[in-house]
Amino acid sequence: MRYRVRHVTTYTYSSSVQVSHHAVRLCPRATPWQSAASPVLSLRPEPTALGTWQQDYFGNPVLFFTIQQSHSAMTVEAETLVEVMPPLPVDPRATPPWETVRARLRRPRGTEEREAVEFLFDSQRLAQHHTVTAYARESFPPGRPILAGVLDLTRRIHADFTYDPTATDVDTAPAEVIRLKRGVCQDFAHLEIACLRALGLPARYVSGYILTHPPPGGEKLVGGDASHAWVSAFVPGSGWIDVDPTNNTLARDEHVTLAWGRDYDDVSPLKGVVIGGGDHSLAVTVDVSPVRD
Amino acid sequence: MDLDLAAAKSGSMDGAYDEWKVGPDATRPHWRVLDGMLSGPAADIARRRERAQGLLRETGVTVHLLGDPAGIDRPWQLDPVPVPIAASEWAGIAAGLVQRARLLNALLADLYGPRTTLEEELLPPAVVLGHPGYLRACRGIRPAGGPFLGIYAADLARGPDGRWQVIADRTGAPAGLGYALENRQAVARVLHDEFRASPVEPLLPFLQALRDLLGRMSPVRHEAPRVVLLTPGPWHETYFEHAYLSRHLGCTLVESEDLTMRDERLFLKTLDGLKPVDVVLRHIPGPAVDPIELNADTRVGVAGLVQAARAGSVALLNALGSGVLQAPALAPFLPVLGRRLLGEELLLPSADSWWCGDEQAARHALAQPRGLIFRSSYDPFDPGVDGDTLDGERLKALAAQIEDRPHAFVAQRRPMPSLVPVAREDGSLVSRPVVLRAFLVAKDGGYVVMPGGLARFRDDAVAPAGPVSEMQGVAGGSKDVWVLAERQAAAAAPVRTPAPPVTPTRGGRDLPSRVADNLYWLGRYIERCEDITRMLRVAFASAESGIQAGAVDVAAIPLLCRPLGLPPAAGTAGTAETLAQLARHHFDPAKPAGLRGTVDRVQRAAAAVRDRLSIDTWRILQHLGAKVSALTPAHAGDFGDIQARLDAVLLSLDAASGLAMENMTRGLGWRFFDTGRRIERAQHVIDLLAGATDGDEAEMGPVLDLLLSVLDSVMTYRARYLSAPQYLPVLDLLLCDETNPRSLAYQFMVLAEHVENMVAFRDTARPRPEQRLMIFLAGTVRTADVEVLARAAEDGGRYQLSELLEVFRSRIWELSEVITREYFTLAGRRATPWRHASLP
Repeated sequence: MRYRVRHVTTYTYSSSVQVSHHAVRLCPRATPWQSAASPVLSLRPEPTALGTWQQDYFGNPVLFFTIQQSHSAMTVEAETLVEVMPPLPVDPRATPPWETVRARLRRPRGTEEREAVEFLFDSQRLAQHHTVTAYARESFPPGRPILAGVLDLTRRIHADFTYDPTATDVDTAPAEVIRLKRGVCQDFAHLEIACLRALGLPARYVSGYILTHPPPGGEKLVGGDASHAWVSAFVPGSGWIDVDPTNNTLARDEHVTLAWGRDYDDVSPLKGVVIGGGDHSLAVTVDVSPVRD
Repeated sequence: MDLDLAAAKSGSMDGAYDEWKVGPDATRPHWRVLDGMLSGPAADIARRRERAQGLLRETGVTVHLLGDPAGIDRPWQLDPVPVPIAASEWAGIAAGLVQRARLLNALLADLYGPRTTLEEELLPPAVVLGHPGYLRACRGIRPAGGPFLGIYAADLARGPDGRWQVIADRTGAPAGLGYALENRQAVARVLHDEFRASPVEPLLPFLQALRDLLGRMSPVRHEAPRVVLLTPGPWHETYFEHAYLSRHLGCTLVESEDLTMRDERLFLKTLDGLKPVDVVLRHIPGPAVDPIELNADTRVGVAGLVQAARAGSVALLNALGSGVLQAPALAPFLPVLGRRLLGEELLLPSADSWWCGDEQAARHALAQPRGLIFRSSYDPFDPGVDGDTLDGERLKALAAQIEDRPHAFVAQRRPMPSLVPVAREDGSLVSRPVVLRAFLVAKDGGYVVMPGGLARFRDDAVAPAGPVSEMQGVAGGSKDVWVLAERQAAAAAPVRTPAPPVTPTRGGRDLPSRVADNLYWLGRYIERCEDITRMLRVAFASAESGIQAGAVDVAAIPLLCRPLGLPPAAGTAGTAETLAQLARHHFDPAKPAGLRGTVDRVQRAAAAVRDRLSIDTWRILQHLGAKVSALTPAHAGDFGDIQARLDAVLLSLDAASGLAMENMTRGLGWRFFDTGRRIERAQHVIDLLAGATDGDEAEMGPVLDLLLSVLDSVMTYRARYLSAPQYLPVLDLLLCDETNPRSLAYQFMVLAEHVENMVAFRDTARPRPEQRLMIFLAGTVRTADVEVLARAAEDGGRYQLSELLEVFRSRIWELSEVITREYFTLAGRRATPWRHASLP
C-alpha cells in the first residue's frame, strides 16, 4: 500500500517565546517492509538553525532545529509518501516457548540477539512494577509459545481497558493505567511493553500512523487521523513482530512506522524546550490517505 | 589515650587491619610523626579536635546546604588525627589507580564507540545496556580536546590481609576534592608542629594539574579559554565544594539557566551579553544535562548541549555518560577487560563481586550469602541487603527477585576496612574503620594521583556496608591523608598552609545574570530586614517610653502597623495588643513576610551566591539566623529582652552590609546588590512618609519623632535644628536632602549612578527604560518644592505630597520590573509534548 501522510503540529503560546529547541522524528524510517522519501517539511517561523536528517541511536531519522527569534506560535508540517508491504504470516504455535527466549537473551549470541537486549530493560518511563508483572503472567503460562503469549496479552489489553483520552496524560505510568483500566494507545503500548519486559522479553515502542476507515456510508474526515503507537515483540527465528493492543491486531500494511525505541521518550515525534512562552496550547492534525496508482 | 578496645573487638571488626598499631604498645613506623599528639594528654587532643571543627565552621565548610529539611546546612566533620601513609606504600596504590583510570578511560571510549567489548563478549550487554546512566544519545561522540575520563576518584579500603582494594569507582562528577583540600588547610593549622616536621606531600600541584587539563581541553585555542563549573544549584549536598572549586580553579560557577545554546555553540548569559563557553566542568549527572536528547524531565540541563558536544564546540569534563562506569556490576569483569584493552594484569583488585546476571555467580552468592551485600548492579548509592541478615524466608524472597531480574543484582563481599584512631569529644581515642577516596586527573596521556585524599569513617564502629554514601549520609567524619615522602623534612622549606594559588583569568569572573538576580534580592532582603528591625525596635522601645533610646510617644505606633505588615486597625487595639500582634507576626518563622521569614530569605539568597561573598560576610549572615531565631512570639511581654535581641540583629545586619560595602569589588555584582538595597530603602521611605501626610502640624510631634527615629535621622536633625521636629524641615531632610543617606533623594541619586553603569554594558544609542525612569525620579525629587509639599490644606491633608509619593511608588516598582526583565534570566521549560492518542 502507498500512502500520503500529512502531519501538522501547531503550538500557540500565551506570551512570546525567545528561543526554542526542537527534535523532530517525523520521517518514516526505512525498513525491509517499508520505504519512504524524506518528508517535505515546512516550519514556521523559519528556524534560525536547521539541521539535516541524521540517524539517532536506534537508527531513526531525526532532525534538530532552533528558533532564535521571538514568536508566539510555531507550526511544523510534514508531508510524506510512504509504501508499506504486509509482513509474512507467522504461525504463533511454531514460535519457541517464552522461557527459552528469556534464557537465550540472558546470554545473547549474534547481532540480532544483542540488539534485542537493547529493549529488555527498564527505561525512563517504564520501570518494573509488581502489578504489571502480575498482569503479564496470566498470558504466559509455562511453555506457551512466545507469539501466542504476546497475542493473548494484546487481546486482553484490548478487552480489559477502555479507550479514554481524559483518563491519562503523557506522563502516566503503566501501573497507574492498570489501576484506571483506561487510557489511549500510548498507555496501552507502554503497558504491553512493560508486561513483556517484566517477564524478561524484549519489546519496542513503535511510533507511527494507522489508516482509519470512515464509518460505513460516512465520509473520511480531513485531519481526523492521529499519530499512533504500538508494540514490537522479538520472536527468535521470525524477528520483530508488530502488534497493536489498541486495535487487537497484528500490524499489516495499514500501519506506517516512523520510529522505534524503548518507550515514548525515545521516539516522541516532536520534542521541544522553549524559553519564555507562558502557557501554551497544542493542536495536531494528521491525514493518512491511500494513494492509488 | 584509651583505645576503645570494646569497639575494636566487636563482631564485624574482628581481625581488621590496624593502621596505627601492631601490638598493644608498638605503633607502625610511619605513625611516629604523630607520636607527640597521640601519646599526649587527652585534653590536648580534645582541644585540637575542637579547633579543627571551629576552623571549618568559620570557613563555612558544609554539606547539604538547603536540601536537608532539618536545617540549612550541616557542618563538615573533621577529625584532627590524619591518616599517614608511607611513600613506598602510596607508590603502589598510585600505580594501581593510574592503571585503573587508563582502563576505565579505554572502556568508556569503547562503550561510546565501537563496543567491541560487548561484541567480543568480554562484558555482558546487560551490564551496560541495562544501566540507566548509559546515555545512548552520546554514542559516537568523541570528547573534544581531552579524554573521556578526565577526573576520577576511587574509594579504597585495606582488607585484613593488609592489601588495598577498590570498593567503588567515581567516574561521573566525583565529589570530595574540595573537602579534602579544606581538611588539609585545617589540619595543617591544628597540627602545626607535626605538619611542619613531617615530609607531607603537598596537594596543590594536583589542583594545578586539574586547572591545566581544563585549559588544554578547550576546543578553540586561545589565551584564556572560558571554563565554567556547572552545578545543580545551592540545594545540592556538595554545593559548598562547587563554590570552593570554582573559586580556586578560576572558573565561573554556573547553573544551567545561566547557559544557552546558539548555533550548536554553548554560551554563558552574562550582563554584558552572551559569552562563548569552551569547557564545562560538569557537576550535574549525565542523564540530566540535556532535556532534548536525554532525560526530558531534567530541570538542571541545557537544551542542545549534547548537540554541542557532538559538534565538538564544547569540551565536557567528564565526558557525557561517564557515570555508567560507577556500576558495581562492572567489578568482576575488569581483570579480563584489563588484559584485552591494556594487555595488563590489574595491580589493584576490586572488592570480590558476583554479578547475578551470570547464573553460576548468582547460585554461588545465594548459596553462601554470609559476608555478602546484595546490591543494585547499577546504582552505586544503593545500600543493598546485608547477606548476614537473611533468614530462610528473606533469602527465598531475594532469590525470587534475582530470578526475575538477575542482571539487576550484584553480590559484593562486604569490605572489612582497616582501623584508624579517631578522637572523641573528650580527647580519648577510638578505633574506626576507614575508607580512602583518592583523586586522579588526566595528564600527558596518563594520569596523576593526588598524594593524599579524603579519609572517611563512621561513628558507629560498623564497617561501612558498601561505599560510604556520597559525602556524609551517615553520622561520621573525615580525615586528612598524609602521604609521607621519603626525603627528610630537614630542608624545611617554609611550610605555608596551602592556600591554592589563584591565577587571574579573564573569563574567570563573568557575572551570570542569575547571580546578578540573586545579589539584587540579597540586597533587597538585607535592607528589608534592617527596616523591619528598626521599626520593631522603635515600637517596642516606645512601650517603655522614656527609658529606651529611640523611644517615641506610643501615640505614633499605629503609623508603623502598615509598613510592618499589620492591618491599620491593629493600631487601634491598644499598645499592648498591638505589640503582641507585631511579635506574633514577626517572630514566627512560619510567617514569610515577618522578620524571621525575611531573614530566612536573606540566607537563601546568600546561599545562592555563596561563591561571591567573603567568608566573613557569609559567617555574619549565618550568625544572623541564630540571633533572630532567639526571638519567638512568646517573648511579646518581655520588652527589655526583645530590645536587646533586636539590637543584636541590627548589629549583624550593619556588619553584613558594611562588609559588603568594604569587601565586594565595585563591579557589576556589587551594583546589583546595592541597587536592591536602594530600591528597598526608597520604598520604605515612601511607605513611612505616605502614612504621615495628613495631620495638623501642632499634633504631629510624635509622628515626626517616629519618622526621624525609624529613618535613623534624629542626630542629623538635632545637629541642624535646635527646635523640636517640625514638618517642613523633617520632610526636607527625609525627602529632598541628598546629603542624608536615609533620604529618598539620596536613594534616587545612587540608583541613577548604578543604572548608568549597568547600561554601559548594553550597546544602545537611545536612553533605555531604566535610564529614563531614573532621570525622571532624580529630577523630580530634585526640583520638588518642599515648602509647597509641606503645606497642609484646611482639612489637614497634604494632597500634592500624597500624589507625588504615589508617583514615586509606582515608578520604583516599575524600575524593579524593568531591571528584572532586562538583566535577569528566564529559565527554559519543556514544551508539553503531544502524546500518541489515536482512536482504536
